[in-house]
Amino acid sequence: MSKSIKRPAHWHQWLLIALGIALTIVMLVMPLILIFAEAFGDGLASLWQNLMQDFMRHALMLTILVAVITVPINLVFGILLAWCVTRYDFWGRRLLITLVEIPYATSPVVAGFCYLVVYGLEGAIGQWFYAHDMQLMFAWPGIIMVTIFVTAPYIARILMPLMQKQGTEEEIAALSLGASGWQIFWHVTLPNIKWALLYGAVITNARAVGEFGAVAVVSGTIMNKTLTLSLLVEQLNNDYKTAAAFTAAAVLACMALLTLLLKTLMEWRQQKREESIDIDAAEGITL
Amino acid sequence: MADFFGVTLLAVAATCCCPTCCCPTCYICPENFVNKPLRFFRNTPILPGFSMSFGFSTLYLSLVILLPISALLVYVSGMSWHQYLFAITDARVIQSYKVTLTGAFFSTIAVTFVGFLMAWIITRYEFPGRRLIDSLVDLPFALPTSVAGITLSALFIPSGWLGRWFDVFGIKISYAFPGIIVAMMFTSLPFIVRSVQPVLEDLDAELEEAATMLGANRWQIFWRVLLPTLMPALITGSSQAFIRSLGEFGAVIMLAGNIPFKTEVTSLMLFVRLQEYNYPAAAAIASVVLLASLSLLFLLQIVQSRLFRKS
Repeated sequence: MSKSIKRPAHWHQWLLIALGIALTIVMLVMPLILIFAEAFGDGLASLWQNLMQDFMRHALMLTILVAVITVPINLVFGILLAWCVTRYDFWGRRLLITLVEIPYATSPVVAGFCYLVVYGLEGAIGQWFYAHDMQLMFAWPGIIMVTIFVTAPYIARILMPLMQKQGTEEEIAALSLGASGWQIFWHVTLPNIKWALLYGAVITNARAVGEFGAVAVVSGTIMNKTLTLSLLVEQLNNDYKTAAAFTAAAVLACMALLTLLLKTLMEWRQQKREESIDIDAAEGITL
Repeated sequence: MADFFGVTLLAVAATCCCPTCCCPTCYICPENFVNKPLRFFRNTPILPGFSMSFGFSTLYLSLVILLPISALLVYVSGMSWHQYLFAITDARVIQSYKVTLTGAFFSTIAVTFVGFLMAWIITRYEFPGRRLIDSLVDLPFALPTSVAGITLSALFIPSGWLGRWFDVFGIKISYAFPGIIVAMMFTSLPFIVRSVQPVLEDLDAELEEAATMLGANRWQIFWRVLLPTLMPALITGSSQAFIRSLGEFGAVIMLAGNIPFKTEVTSLMLFVRLQEYNYPAAAAIASVVLLASLSLLFLLQIVQSRLFRKS
């Protein structure tokens, strides 16, 4: 935490704080309250009925499937890329760091369309898959593929600055003591980045659950088949089933709140960890 | 590729035996290794696992990111110039560029002020609810954009909780152009706060104290001392917000009303063309959006490395 943090003393400081709080309420708190107010608006019984609808359960299952496949894949990629660009200095290192940012800058609709071009019936690869009876686009594999694209940068971006800052001294020490590559990773690197990694997984999960634009392009919006929860919200809203739409929205908002809670917790743990490392280092010097 | 592997092998060999001495510590000091023929590595790799991590990351980046994007460009290159120009200069599409750019421009300016204010009070003052605001800032990031869309539109319709106050002045937000700005502001708020916050936290109190000692007043300190220090972070944050706003889809389409020639953003035009199964036109628009966002990304990278090298 910052050292310059202080209790506000002057009236204009209070005014700034009041303005900030007012903006937070208008921009962030009121939307949250509205979601739950609308979802609970017709009473608990109708909320329960909406939740138990077939399409709702199906969308929830699909959303969970997408997250369960996407997060581990990007976890492995994020660790390997972060290891590669922070542990070695080679020609093209900056290029790799920039390339991984592409999904982050690409409009999700464009991303979805790019996948449609490759794996849809327009492209040679898509035709090959179609000839072998595998439909990727307008089916769940396509949804997972674009979600992997959209969420690819997050873990790598969280790990890269952290691993850069931590440096390689501990790992080199382990190497000089005869540890193998895997031993170094499991016993030295992983404990150091544990919380940041979990934090990255939480963020990736949130994006995977909530992705809309890219998924909308490749889903084909088939009820009970290719609708994720966030697509379902839009679909129900277009059909003027507002209460059901807000019920789906409330489920997603609960996930978002859980994400925020976990995120706060993990940032706090990672900070603690770094502070304790700092303290250990300082003690090492005094001894 | 063979050449490349030759270089890696050479590099590994160089780590195994130090040419000048036999102490293990000189692995760490690069002065001991002035290996001219090594071009691929700037520093000799010490830790194992390079081929695996490099191989997997590049393969993954190529398959997941580069292949689909280049496929789009290849698809577009199959079109004739006339066809391409016709698709991207359609009057409705041109209007959508204007709507997207003005929307992103105004929302970025507005959200920069809002985000700066929030980052400022979170890092500088201790007040009840500070930590809650700090956590809530990431809500737009965690909340799916479609949920943000229906919620904001319900909030800003003339009978909504916030819309009724604007309705008094005759301002329509949901299903009109201001709705685009509101949606973009909401989704890009965390970018500003999270890029300014760490810089504000690291700011030395001594800097301000020194300025006060030299007789600067509060405004002078803000303009001459704080703002220049914060500038790189502000620029990074607002460019990220801008790039994000250009591509925003879910929240915007549910709030904008999507009136042709008035409140259609470019991502929506692309989506409309897709639903008409007009793939060539969609590809042409997508290539424009893609090239714009990629050049912005590279520009940002260059500006960023300049700015941070200077500070």
